Amino acid sequence: MTEKLAVRFAGVDFKNPLIPASGAFGYGREFEHFYPLSALGGISVKGTTGTKRNGNLPPRVAETSSGMLNSVGLQNPGIDHFIKIELPNLKTKDTVIIANIAGSTADEYREIAEKLDKTDVDMIEVNISCPNVKAGGAAFGVTCDGASQITKIVRAATKKPVMMKLSPNVTNIAEIAKAVEAEGADAVSLINTLLGMRIDIKTRRPILHNNVGGLSGPAVFPVAVRMVWQVANAVKIPVCGMGGISTWQDAVEMMMAGASTFQIGAALFADPMAPVKIIEGLEKYVQDNGLSNLQEIVGTVKPW
Amino acid sequence: MRYKQGNYLILSKKTLAKEIYDLTILCPEVAEAAKAGQFVNVKADGFMLRRPISICSIDKAKGTIRIIFEVRGEGTKVMSQLSEGEMIDLVAPLGGRAFKLEQYDTAVIVGGGIGTPPMLAVAEKFGEKSTVISGFRNAAAVILQEDFSATGAETVLCTDDGSAGRKGFVTDALKEVLQTKKPGVIYACGPNIMLRRVIEIANQNNIPCQVSLEERMGCGVGACLVCACRTIRNGDEYYAHVCKDGPVFNAQEVIFDD
Repeated sequence: MTEKLAVRFAGVDFKNPLIPASGAFGYGREFEHFYPLSALGGISVKGTTGTKRNGNLPPRVAETSSGMLNSVGLQNPGIDHFIKIELPNLKTKDTVIIANIAGSTADEYREIAEKLDKTDVDMIEVNISCPNVKAGGAAFGVTCDGASQITKIVRAATKKPVMMKLSPNVTNIAEIAKAVEAEGADAVSLINTLLGMRIDIKTRRPILHNNVGGLSGPAVFPVAVRMVWQVANAVKIPVCGMGGISTWQDAVEMMMAGASTFQIGAALFADPMAPVKIIEGLEKYVQDNGLSNLQEIVGTVKPW
Repeated sequence: MRYKQGNYLILSKKTLAKEIYDLTILCPEVAEAAKAGQFVNVKADGFMLRRPISICSIDKAKGTIRIIFEVRGEGTKVMSQLSEGEMIDLVAPLGGRAFKLEQYDTAVIVGGGIGTPPMLAVAEKFGEKSTVISGFRNAAAVILQEDFSATGAETVLCTDDGSAGRKGFVTDALKEVLQTKKPGVIYACGPNIMLRRVIEIANQNNIPCQVSLEERMGCGVGACLVCACRTIRNGDEYYAHVCKDGPVFNAQEVIFDD
């Protein structure tokens, strides 16, 4: 492993910029079969709510061209379980631990953030963009006012670095990014999934029981690159890019668009070894291009 | 459960019925760890999601497993184009709960359609102390009868149209078998409507029953939580996950939708 992939992001030191995305990696336990978690820059753990949630009825997944729809609906055991059982285990893994939180109300966000503030979690990623829960998440993330409100509340509740996870299901994502920056967010991550739908033409039923779900995978990659580029040009806080990254070349592209760290989600399902392959690819890229640190490429796209 | 990702050699490929393929794969580490009822997650070139396929038979001595799958869509079609001598990309063996076999002496094993293959690994364990009831649409869809007979099990074949074996559903045959036999356990895999009836019959006869479920999957290892199924856990309804909490469940845990 080389120092050349290291990055200080929102005040936290990552050994490399690769972070498995929330919802795709559980609490890491399932992927330890494939490689030590210390290989990863960080882990954004499964989205956590104030109390346990059962999630949506199945089917919760539908494959699409170069992607997939999911409608899990934030199934999770709740913040107390996370703090008591999962966090102590994760903290032994020698990687940055990012708690991902979601709420149905502003109060729920505040309560979770206050509880996490008293733990040794490294960073809090605030999901204001889950497309699969009626009452929560996305309702805040699709307006500047809603995004500002949640940022302000979480900011006041914790001294931990706060990263706001933005929804792509908006007219102007750069405006939302500016709004959360103004309220003291330390970083932004984007994009969450794009709202989509598939229909079984035999039964005329949507494939997902929730009717609609979030699209991820290579299909969304160009949208993600565009939005990361727009946001990186609009704010001074660092950007964590995600959406359809599955190779080291995708990661380089995302970083050139303006992301200094990146997350991978759906790619893990096709190839659980993807993180290891991407990190190896980035190490070789740095070597081949004579870079002293990978961060030198961040935001270096030369627009026409 | 221990699992890994690997590329393994396809030793043989057979066509068992229209669009139903039978692969024998050399994968000693998978065979060593695999249990009856577990599955493998197969990469289909060009597709996002792997295809979960149940393990049909395990030969630990030869280091091989058999998987049997039906072409259902584009992904399984790509898988069906793999040939003998080519490599297949598996994450395996998966499934946090396999069939529990040890505590029982005798079994009735029920398989419906493409849910029949995983029951062979169970029959291999019980041999002549088991009765295998399998059901198919018609004679052309019938698979694995010689394999089941070779285990020493008594076999009962059913087809919906009576073109092979007896006419009717596996559940009718099950009721008849239970009039003369009281097995220690019933194992079943097949469509939900069949499993639901099998569970009812098992309950009426006070026989423990284990069923293997199917659901659309993502990661296959328990991280993404998409393969939810409704269950009862500690008195409450809980959306368990077929890949990690199953695929085998005890009959009394499962809730079927109306």
